[in-house]
Amino acid sequence: LCTYHRFIFFFCIQVLFFGFGWLFFMRQLFKDYEVRQYVVQVVFSVTFAFSCTMFELIIFEILGALSSTSRYFHWKLNLYVILLVLIFVVPFYIGYFVVSNIRLLQRQKLLFACMVWFTFMYFFWKLGDPFPILSPKHGILSIEQLISRVGVIGVTLMALLSGFGAVNCPYTYMSYFLRNVTDSDILALERRLLQTMDMIVSKKKRIAMTRRQMYQRGEDQNKQTGFWGMIKSVTSTQTGSENLSLIQQEVDALEELSRQLFLETVDLQATKERIEYSKTFQGKYFNFLGYFFSIYCVWKIFMVKFWSQHISFILVGIIIVTSIRGLLITLTKFFYAISSSKSSNVIVLVLAQIMGMYFVSSVLLMRMSMPLEYRSIVTEVLGELQFNFYHRWFDVIFLVSALSSILFLYLAHKQAPEKHMAL
Amino acid sequence: MASLDRVKVLVLGDSGVGKSSLVHLICQNQVFGNPSWTVGCSVDVRVQDYKEGTPEEKTFYIELWDIGGSVGSASSIKSTRAVFYNSVNGIILVHDLTNKKSSQNLYRWSMEALNKDSSPTGVIVSNGDYDREQFVENAVPLLLIGTKFDQIPENKRSEVLTRTAFLSEDFNAEEINLMTGFTDRKRFNFKSLHYD
Repeated sequence: LCTYHRFIFFFCIQVLFFGFGWLFFMRQLFKDYEVRQYVVQVVFSVTFAFSCTMFELIIFEILGALSSTSRYFHWKLNLYVILLVLIFVVPFYIGYFVVSNIRLLQRQKLLFACMVWFTFMYFFWKLGDPFPILSPKHGILSIEQLISRVGVIGVTLMALLSGFGAVNCPYTYMSYFLRNVTDSDILALERRLLQTMDMIVSKKKRIAMTRRQMYQRGEDQNKQTGFWGMIKSVTSTQTGSENLSLIQQEVDALEELSRQLFLETVDLQATKERIEYSKTFQGKYFNFLGYFFSIYCVWKIFMVKFWSQHISFILVGIIIVTSIRGLLITLTKFFYAISSSKSSNVIVLVLAQIMGMYFVSSVLLMRMSMPLEYRSIVTEVLGELQFNFYHRWFDVIFLVSALSSILFLYLAHKQAPEKHMAL
Repeated sequence: MASLDRVKVLVLGDSGVGKSSLVHLICQNQVFGNPSWTVGCSVDVRVQDYKEGTPEEKTFYIELWDIGGSVGSASSIKSTRAVFYNSVNGIILVHDLTNKKSSQNLYRWSMEALNKDSSPTGVIVSNGDYDREQFVENAVPLLLIGTKFDQIPENKRSEVLTRTAFLSEDFNAEEINLMTGFTDRKRFNFKSLHYD
């Protein structure tokens, strides 16, 4: 294949990845929101496209597709672009949209956005100091400086997510952990919720009627003349408003209770749906996968280093696919949970930043799982970073995250049955 | 007091369109200073004189049930809030005039409220497709309220009003458009709620 055809080929695949990122944005993330700032969508899709291209290049490396010089060239090109996006474009736009949401700073949006970006760059640079990631012979403005820092952030994120995922995955999919939820449990809670709402309504009716009577009486009282008339009007409004504030306090307490009951009912419904899902065929399939991956995760926690060449290649493929899929699902859930029509732009850009850094550090870490002969290109392209540091750092954060997740889930699981005993 | 008839009206719409502020305005005659996320459902009550000044004057309690959340919420949340859709006398659909998605989502909101299945745990059975006939036969009166009208630039206002007119035709509903901050405090005569 001549140079021209190669470029077209790569370009077409990147357009494909871009299109997929665009669709994911429109159909999943921004399904319920109106896209007003197309630049956000473009930035997200570009980050996604170039991140996926890196994985594509690893596959090409293993398959031996195209020539090694062209692969090296595309690696370098892709890396430069993605670093440009992750360090300049995305942080700048995050700053810009955050500033847009703050009314005080509306006038000098660009100026403040630049200030935010310079602050980000300062902390980003400072990040390199405590970590032994570079050998001293690198200059100040080399690409290794940038990659090393992106790598640290990304590897920390990956380790946190993997640690949590390693514990959460068996917890979610294994039936043993699921509490026993029956329809009558849910009905009882719903009944309590509606009773509480009825109590709130009747108290609010009293307040509204009392206010109305006070208002009507107030009009009559203006007509009341004389000394005794004045005394009567003062005392009756005082007791009236004391009563009101008492009832209002009761209403506030009941409203707080109604919110808690609502959330508990949602929790029970979600558990019931999970139980039903685990009984279906799809559920059983994921159940089995859950068992398989928990064993893999436990193995990893105990750091058994027995990898044959072929297993590691297959595992690299599985890791790539599942981590992209897992990341997108997690990002979507997180996005739904915290976004609103005001903050959705900022959140999507933050997700794009996390996604880009996650993928860059995946490449760094994948080096460990790759067979020896393929590691050289990664080493060559990324320069002489201290790879061992990244591996050790990943393992440490992974262990910390996994243990914290076990503790957290254990406490949450312990608390749940007691909550229902109190009903 | 309990002898007065009750009227239950749902207030539905996307997050951030102004449902809580609207309910507060109707019931307390005050502008709501501190809106925050509605978790679950928040109710407020207004005492209303129906056909005031005529011999058929009757006083009602109007309960406004302001349901929080979005159409894209998880199915566990949808199943739970379905308990609030029981024996409803009227529905107020609120949308943000500066946000087209919030207007489109009203179709899904109304389907969710009107199609409530009568199974014990209130699971919603419909596939969510908009069925125009359902709105024509619908016995529950609908009121469409558009908010933040003053945030639309002058030149786009007639276009927005045409769009909302089509929307209210689809729902077979009455329509009102409001300003931000609700400085224009209209007296709401719930004409569209008919009673024997």
